[in-house]
Amino acid sequence: MNNAHSKAVLELNVNNHPGVMSHVAGLFARRAFNVEGIVCLPVGDGRTSRIWLSVNEDVRLEQMIRQLEKLEDVLSVRRHGPAHAVFERLAEFFC
Amino acid sequence: MSSTSPETLTGAQIAVRLLERQGIRRVAGIPGGAILPFYDALSQSAQIEHVLARHEQGAGFMAQGMARVSGEVAVCIATSGPGVANLLTAIADAKLDSIPLVAITGQVAKSLIGTDAFQEVDTYGLTIPITKHNFLVGSAAELLEVIPRAFRLAASGRPGPVVVDIPKDVQNERIAVTEWPVPSGPVPTPAPERKLIDEAAAMINAAQRPMLYLGGGVVHSGAAFQAVELAEKAALPTVMTLMALGAMPVDHDLSLGMLGMHGARCTNLALEECDLLIAVGARFDDRATGKVSAFCPQAKIIHIDIDPSELDKIKTAHLGIRGDVQAVLSELLPQVEPSEDHPRADWQARIAELKSSFPMQMPGIDDPRTPYGLIRAVADCLDDDAIIATDVGQHQMWVAQSYPLRRPRQWLTSGGLGTMGFGVPTAIGAALAAPERTVVCFSGDGSLLMNIQEFATAAEEGANVKVVLMNNASLGLVFQQQNLFYGQRAFSSKFKGVPDFLKVAEGFGWQTLDLDATADPAAALKSALTTRGPTLIHASIDRHQQVLPMVAPGAANKDMIGD
Ligand SMILES: Cc1ncc(C[n+]2csc(CCOP(=O)(O)OP(=O)(O)O)c2C)c(N)n1
Repeated sequence: MNNAHSKAVLELNVNNHPGVMSHVAGLFARRAFNVEGIVCLPVGDGRTSRIWLSVNEDVRLEQMIRQLEKLEDVLSVRRHGPAHAVFERLAEFFC
Repeated sequence: MSSTSPETLTGAQIAVRLLERQGIRRVAGIPGGAILPFYDALSQSAQIEHVLARHEQGAGFMAQGMARVSGEVAVCIATSGPGVANLLTAIADAKLDSIPLVAITGQVAKSLIGTDAFQEVDTYGLTIPITKHNFLVGSAAELLEVIPRAFRLAASGRPGPVVVDIPKDVQNERIAVTEWPVPSGPVPTPAPERKLIDEAAAMINAAQRPMLYLGGGVVHSGAAFQAVELAEKAALPTVMTLMALGAMPVDHDLSLGMLGMHGARCTNLALEECDLLIAVGARFDDRATGKVSAFCPQAKIIHIDIDPSELDKIKTAHLGIRGDVQAVLSELLPQVEPSEDHPRADWQARIAELKSSFPMQMPGIDDPRTPYGLIRAVADCLDDDAIIATDVGQHQMWVAQSYPLRRPRQWLTSGGLGTMGFGVPTAIGAALAAPERTVVCFSGDGSLLMNIQEFATAAEEGANVKVVLMNNASLGLVFQQQNLFYGQRAFSSKFKGVPDFLKVAEGFGWQTLDLDATADPAAALKSALTTRGPTLIHASIDRHQQVLPMVAPGAANKDMIGD
């Protein structure tokens, strides 16, 4: 597999209030780390949200995850492989 | 929560009460429209004294001074818009040096947010990347949760700054308060993993040429005692970062002083040869490591830090231990073989040889009219109770190289951000927080002008601050770099006009001493440093004096310029 194009999918559980997206997006932006895909919806009673991120595999990814875990509004981070279905299933909305 | 009979209070009164309940006794700030309800409430506080800074950056650094000497969370206050904008540098500085601050900022009323209202800036957006966390408070009731949380966050784990942005209408909103939250303290860090401690001990015991590398985390964690104990038990040669100076007395037998860009030759050369580097509360900053790939090329690395994102960030450790460094060192200590059982005679001999062949050169140390000599003469007038602050530039590095720092929290310097203008307000904050101590601030003529307005605050407060101005009529460190690395094209680094700093200081109501004009500098210094109150001590320095050795930015630490 060509590493430059291999993707990872990150699943974040976060508090749902204004500004959380900025915190998450800012971490990537200020390291010039492109986020290829992003989906976010509230879960359950709406106090928390789930953010799905599609990012390129990069040597810095592990560091990014540790930085995400430090954010006060990020409750958990899981890393999935490129095979995760979330972005594939959404593909029909991006034709 | 503790119940009380219900009181109807404004958001501003609630915020002030919560600060009181957190044990805050002194804050620094500047009022303005969007924070006036808070100031009105503050005026009624019998517990909190307000230090009126002359620039919000000054207020931020005063709070830093209080936090750096005490280790406790300190508070600064600013109004919306320009007030917050002025505060940003001090907040960013606190972030990079892990200093616990809570900044309370006024914001335009909620209904005006996002309308480009008068003095509106996006405080929340601006402070995301320079804080540990930030809050835009939506209601007076939220303050009851947010303020204790801000204190807990600032103090927990790796300390840092937190911003609490409070719209004016939230400050004015009246609510009935029936219960007060318990004042918050730091959340304890999870205990380090036993297995990792065992592995670390085994690595240390097996090492032939181990070295200890202490960072600012040792000071923050209150682990200086344990660090010195570990060094002594295993006879570990020890280097410190700029932030860690004082964690081990620099004149301790095992100390090799500061490493990195302006470290002594013996210090950087020893690191070249070590086979195990034990990094404690240090983050492998480029000023310390030089070219990272060439840093400690022969060494395995044990990295101990409270912040898991520091592990493997710059240099992959062979063993990373997440934990409060004090707890980790305490657990490690009993497992480390005492040097009597494991003398490593060759390594001790090699370190001694390096120290005697390549010591820190301090030309002019006996002449108070040279940089090193002046610093030594100041030190000779003081004991270890004194607090030493600096601005940023050559003077900072000369002091870092040569001042006999001997205790943690004795040393206040802007390490990560390297902020000119840090020195004076930080020294004032320190002097107010520790009124029994003498606070000396070494400054340069460039840095001093960046926050000289705080001379007014120092005079007003009678702060026992002694500014030692090393005046080279230039931005000395820039001038040095241009001379070394830019073909001697000194550009925009020499001042053509230099103010009469003595008159300026007098104008602010400071005492002054012009060392250039004294026949007996040592005696004059003694008297200036031991008379209470703010004093400017002025000394001219030849601008061609350089801070050496120096590692060129990006070069390997072994490639030092100068002896
Ligand atoms: C706010 C800020 N602006 C610019 C710099 C870049 N800089 C680093 S050292 C320095 C010169 C400092 O001059 P001075 O305070 O006179 O100290 P000296 O080096 O002469 O001892 C400059 C401009 C900085 N560190 N901070």
